[in-house]
Amino acid sequence: MTLLHEPDFGTPERDSDVTVELTVDGAAVSVPAGTSVMRAAAQAGLSVPRLCATDSLDPFGSCRLCLVEIDGRKGTPASCTTPVETGMVVHTQTQRLANLRRGVMELYISDHPLDCLTCPANGDCELQDMAGVVGLREVRYGFDGENHLDAPKDETNPYFTFDESKCIACSRCVRACEEVQGTFALTIAGRGFDSKVSPGGTSFFDSECVSCGACVQACPTATLQEKSVIDLGMPTRTVLTTCAYCGVGCSFKAELRGDELVRMVPFKDGGANEGHSCVKGRFAWGYATHRDRITEPMVRESIHDEWRVVGWEEAFEFAASRIKSIQAEYGTDAVGGITSSRCTNEEVFVVQKLVRAAFGNNNVDTCARVCHSPTGYGLKQTFGTSAGTQDFKSVEKTDVVLLIGANPTDAHPVFASRMKRRLREGAQLIVLDPRRIDLVRSPHIEAAFHLPLQPGSNVAVVNALAHTIVAEGLVDRAFVAERCEPSAYALWEKFILRPENSPEAVASIAGVAADDIRGAARLFAAAGNGAIYYGLGVTEHSQGSTMVMGMANLAMATGNIGRDGVGVNPLRGQNNVQGSCDMGSFPHELPGYRHVSDDVVRQQFEEVWGRTLQSEPGLRIPNMLEGALSGQFRALYVQGEDIAQSDPNTTHVKAALSAMDLVIVQDLFLNETSSFAHVFLPGTSFLEKDGTFTNAERRINRVRPVMSSRTGLSEWQVTSALANALGYPMHYDSASEIMDEIAELTPTFAGVSFAKLDEVGSVQWPCNEGHPDGTPIMHVDQFVRGLGNFVETPYVATDERTTRRFPLILTTGRILSQYNVGAQTRRTENIRWVDEDVLEMHEADAEPRGIADGSWVFLTSRVGETTLRCVITDRVPPGVVYTTFHFPVTGANVITTEYSDWATNCPEYKVTAVEIRTASQNHVARGGQLAAVDQDGVSIDDLLDGETLAIKEEFAHERADLKLARMLDQIVKNSVGLTPDDQVDRVALHLRGFWTPAMVDELAHAVSTGAVALSPPAAAALAQLASGAPSAAP
Amino acid sequence: MSAFAPWTTERAEAVVTQCASRPGPVLLTLQALQLEFGYVHPDAVPLVARSLNVSRAEVHGVLTYYHDLRTSPAPAHSVRICVAEACQSVGSRDLMHRAESELGVSVGERSSDTIDLEAVYCLGNCALGPAALVDGQLLGRLSPPQMSEVIAALRSETA
Repeated sequence: MTLLHEPDFGTPERDSDVTVELTVDGAAVSVPAGTSVMRAAAQAGLSVPRLCATDSLDPFGSCRLCLVEIDGRKGTPASCTTPVETGMVVHTQTQRLANLRRGVMELYISDHPLDCLTCPANGDCELQDMAGVVGLREVRYGFDGENHLDAPKDETNPYFTFDESKCIACSRCVRACEEVQGTFALTIAGRGFDSKVSPGGTSFFDSECVSCGACVQACPTATLQEKSVIDLGMPTRTVLTTCAYCGVGCSFKAELRGDELVRMVPFKDGGANEGHSCVKGRFAWGYATHRDRITEPMVRESIHDEWRVVGWEEAFEFAASRIKSIQAEYGTDAVGGITSSRCTNEEVFVVQKLVRAAFGNNNVDTCARVCHSPTGYGLKQTFGTSAGTQDFKSVEKTDVVLLIGANPTDAHPVFASRMKRRLREGAQLIVLDPRRIDLVRSPHIEAAFHLPLQPGSNVAVVNALAHTIVAEGLVDRAFVAERCEPSAYALWEKFILRPENSPEAVASIAGVAADDIRGAARLFAAAGNGAIYYGLGVTEHSQGSTMVMGMANLAMATGNIGRDGVGVNPLRGQNNVQGSCDMGSFPHELPGYRHVSDDVVRQQFEEVWGRTLQSEPGLRIPNMLEGALSGQFRALYVQGEDIAQSDPNTTHVKAALSAMDLVIVQDLFLNETSSFAHVFLPGTSFLEKDGTFTNAERRINRVRPVMSSRTGLSEWQVTSALANALGYPMHYDSASEIMDEIAELTPTFAGVSFAKLDEVGSVQWPCNEGHPDGTPIMHVDQFVRGLGNFVETPYVATDERTTRRFPLILTTGRILSQYNVGAQTRRTENIRWVDEDVLEMHEADAEPRGIADGSWVFLTSRVGETTLRCVITDRVPPGVVYTTFHFPVTGANVITTEYSDWATNCPEYKVTAVEIRTASQNHVARGGQLAAVDQDGVSIDDLLDGETLAIKEEFAHERADLKLARMLDQIVKNSVGLTPDDQVDRVALHLRGFWTPAMVDELAHAVSTGAVALSPPAAAALAQLASGAPSAAP
Repeated sequence: MSAFAPWTTERAEAVVTQCASRPGPVLLTLQALQLEFGYVHPDAVPLVARSLNVSRAEVHGVLTYYHDLRTSPAPAHSVRICVAEACQSVGSRDLMHRAESELGVSVGERSSDTIDLEAVYCLGNCALGPAALVDGQLLGRLSPPQMSEVIAALRSETA
């Protein structure tokens, strides 16, 4: 389309049941009470001249251009700040108003450079427009008076310029920073003639500015202007698409000049973001055309050879023949694939189809394994569907936000701005996080409670919150009676009232005061609308799934499900985590979360796909890696994920990858994983993709190609071609055809098509006959599973313990300017803000170790070691250290262990026992390159004493059967039953649903030979499976 | 006469803490700091922002809006003469000329013995003009000779 100009109604929409009727320039208008005269006029198609008003900001009334006359009133009130009244007769164009407006414009222009033709905003300048509208022909004051034309430019921000000489001091930027972004980084400094926009008396780069772009978007002139527009000129056409960074899924207008992307502008009609953006989506898209992009397929015989650029056909043939020979020699199950949450639903769908239909097994997993798999598991068990319950807009109705293990201002900034807006309106905030995230206290936001709990104690704390609510009679009895299973509730109530779940008992485990737990519980229970928002600080634990169920219990017990302002809301890390899970990326589930053992469902897929599908769950990523080390698993197709950097225990991952005969990597750039690959299939950036992403609120957004594929093919075409080379016919004419197949096979997507999305913008699944327009809020009248299911959630301490050798707990997170492993953001100007991972540490831990702020430290866990710079801060409590994982040189995951969630194997990234000591930068192990001797000639062994080395050695060689026994033990401890028999049944049901037969067999064999010993319930559950007792998929 | 405390972060924090619970605390806090130290030290901006949970930019905005708030150490004395219409009509220009010649500076400058001479616009003392504010003390019905006396008194105090 040509350049899209969105209408601007001048002031925000007002919500009211009362309608007001008035007349504007002779036209009858009816609008909700509270609407401004300006907006009413705009709705009648009449544009009142304005400069300081825009409909994303509250009216301000400073520019004096939007004056109108109202019958029966004196003077000329500003239409932006005047609310409508019944029977009002408004005149927006009179001679008196024309004279006034022209006079005002004369004053503005008397202090404005007359360089329109060479101005970067030429053609997109409201001042220019208004000069035209008021018919400005001369400036009586001349241009020689005192003025601001020589004011200096601030070009310190890498993405936009502040040119004060063009500023008209309308305050739109200041207000956008406050009202839209909530950062308050801008002000009007000085007074009178000296008034000027200022980022607090410093440069933009050094200020509190987070570079979200809201000010640039709000600016009516060229004062705040994208550097890309200054360099390239005004764009001429628009493509509507979706950001590919986090799970907020912001809609953007990609504005192009020809085929060149000039800028990304947040789209006001985007359901997720409603016109707001963050530094990543708005500005950090330059990686898409970065010189490091690989655009041609490459192959090599061995990972020690150089890459050889080949044609597509040769690459497909090379990969297919190897897969075929591996399967011939080692069996059908020796190969598998990993789908990417960065790719579109359509791209993910074809990869899992390739695995299930062309590979002929269920060995497909996804990077969601390492982030939100417990969300899928926990919400399915309790509510019946593996997704968050609300839309983002819901937070505007929330009274108390319970935020757990998430740092939205850094990781989900656009949603954070919405939440902060609500908090400034008076909603209360409770934060459960070991670290003092910015939301605990930042300008105009202050949490009522911050519980800085010990990493690993989430479940204990959520139980104590629920305990308080039940014990103090704060349960929403009516909701529970009407909406939940009575027997499950009764059991849960009995469980939660046990003394070990009391705040006093939990206080010592979690390291937080019992009174704070009680206070937080009372505040949440008393909320009219209480909403839970959470992130990977919930899921990436050994009890990730238990915690998700614990939060679901809490929401049900307080009646906070099924309407606006409430719910259990995962903040998804990646743009399409929700979608990749929906698309059947897990080894036990077909698209739409239907178990592979469900014969009816499987048959539908078999009919459409023309192949018999396996009915047993396939391998998860950790199983694949284990299998590679033991020689059974030989080939892996990795779509857009760098498991050698992002997955835990890097050394282990690399060893497993090295052991495989064939690793196929489909990605934008060579990465850590491709070092172990034999085939490199170049991928496409989101700017080249045609498809859909599904964000954290289940919103299916269109991704439209902004530029042609740099590789010549779409990723789904590459996957299809590989299937064809394997002898499985897979053909689609377009991505839209893939969505049609998804809709045909997936009940929750039945009503979804590209045509529908292009028509309505976006829909939130379920979208089908029952919900033709999608489902913003789930579980409104009843839960998807019928009645809500309370599940007992016993606190089980992680196996990862601190000891004398490893006395500190390392936990991890993200920062605003970088994204995950940094493959994209490291290739943008965002590195100007942060270019290394640092370790945060409390003074109480640093001082006895002789560690100074800013010094290099050596970090070691049971599995690995690395070196990074230390920052001493009270953001983390004593005993806890924190870092990020954005830079491969740090290799933070060299440190993390393979311990994982008992139900889903989501790695326990958030808890690793470590020791820290002073180091020099050259001291060993930068980037996880575990060189035996560093540049100073110091070996790792010199740094670690004998006892530590022995622990590490033992840990590295934990036997596979013992690992399985440990996993089973965790399942037993997390599964509470009515009776011992009931517990055994629950454990057996879990194993049947999620473990592969091979895993069960291996453990049963080890038990029979006496190699491992199991607890009685574990042994009984295993025996039940081996005996082929009744099977029912969970 | 003005014995301001030397700037220290500890002392500033104590002042800020006292003001934090008052309504509209940014301006009051900045005024309290100026009362304590004679000016608002640049390091006070992040301190006030943190304490009152507002942004540094907001504090900067308030600090730069009010001409009365200083960001550099106070002079030994300050002489502020009203030059609004009412005082001008009863002779404040003569008062200003006298002060300028006594101090050897122009309005808006600081004398070599650190006495600031400033123009202000209305002290609310129009009935008793011409008026001036000397080290915070309001003086009315001033004549040029009286202005000389006032300045001489300031100087003797400094010496």
